[in-house]
Amino acid sequence: MTADDIKKAIVAALTSVAPEIDPASIRPGVNFRDQLDLDSMDFLNFVLALHDRLGVDIPERDYPQLSTFDGALAYLTRVAK
Amino acid sequence: MPSLGADMEAGTLVKWLKKAGDTVKHGDIIAVVDTDKGAIEIEVFEDGVIDKLQVDVGQKVPVGTVLAVIGGASSPAVPSPPPVSAAREQPARTLASPAARKLAADRGVDLALLRGTGPQGAITHEDVERAAGATAQTTATAPARQGVDRATAMRTAVAAAMAKSKREIPHYYLSSTIDMGAALAWLNTENEKRAMPERLLPVVLLIKAVAVALHEVPELNGFWTNGALQQSSAMHVGCAISLRGGGLIAPGIHDADRKDLTTLMRDLRDLTARARTGSLRSSELADSTITITNLGERGVDSTFGIIYPPQVALVAFGRIAERPWVTSGKIEVRSLLTATLSADHRASDGHRGGLFLDAISRLLQTPETL
Repeated sequence: MTADDIKKAIVAALTSVAPEIDPASIRPGVNFRDQLDLDSMDFLNFVLALHDRLGVDIPERDYPQLSTFDGALAYLTRVAK
Repeated sequence: MPSLGADMEAGTLVKWLKKAGDTVKHGDIIAVVDTDKGAIEIEVFEDGVIDKLQVDVGQKVPVGTVLAVIGGASSPAVPSPPPVSAAREQPARTLASPAARKLAADRGVDLALLRGTGPQGAITHEDVERAAGATAQTTATAPARQGVDRATAMRTAVAAAMAKSKREIPHYYLSSTIDMGAALAWLNTENEKRAMPERLLPVVLLIKAVAVALHEVPELNGFWTNGALQQSSAMHVGCAISLRGGGLIAPGIHDADRKDLTTLMRDLRDLTARARTGSLRSSELADSTITITNLGERGVDSTFGIIYPPQVALVAFGRIAERPWVTSGKIEVRSLLTATLSADHRASDGHRGGLFLDAISRLLQTPETL
């Protein structure tokens, strides 16, 4: 899986949770909760959407690593086959 | 037209899902109504046969208007329904996020003409933007009225309900600090064992604790109507859900005291998704016997909420944060949460309210029993 595939999966997961998001406006180093006003249910659904799209099982203790675009990309690059 | 909350005065019939002569039973969805808070599915509360549909599609009627007449199940067959004219054809139901609705109105886009690409086929902000771009190339932009009106109407409705609450309900407020250490430790262990879709959020423990605690202080559960407390034997917990793009809605989880945590989590996820796509059911808005709000995720330490009339209590939770805690003469770092109770002094007093908060705290010390 390429980095581009993972980037697309992250954007798709975010927009599935918050359809009004403009992908171009996502700031890669800023916490999703702060810049996109996601609550804990939104974040849980975001992680589940990544799980569904990429087939990766993400332990709850790793959730903080997915809190920014850059963090999610780095983490998923490591774990996604 | 059922009242779907103290802030609702009227609704517009969007679609009939049944016709005269149809047999219906308790819980069937008979119609879709558009309100200031989105499209709501209207349920039937008795078994029977529809005698007559009284309101036309597109008609806006005040709360209390008879929408349909339902005869008893054993009543004689009613005449066949009159033919439906072309003018009465029912439009397809439109699911759309509040942000999409607002943008559609601002740009003069008819949501009924769009195909949604969001959850459950909901129309998204992007769908509307695409359509608005196409429309702009061929037509002049329609005046920005409907979305602005909707946002204004929701604000007005909330204002009316909250002003009514503050005007009529003699609130009293209590707060209590709860040690969440045991609950979070249990939750971490539990979530390690669970598959991803089955994992729990802390708020589910709070909902269950509130619902179970109501058994100990039942006068906080119900409605103040006709000058008296109408205590409810069922614990239907309303959950305040913020809508993306602004606004608030508080649909209820039925019988929250009797559901296990997995079911409560599933219900809350479903309710949140449907609240944000505008597909709630009438009973989910009308039946709540108490409301919970949780602003802790935004960093709020404590909230002193306004009771949603005719309910008689609201419980609010702040953020769970590590703070110093003195126990047995020593200072320890604990994960603490401030819970507040806003209660109607006509229905209960502070002593009973204190017992209620204490019960919530006690229940959260043994999360495995919830």
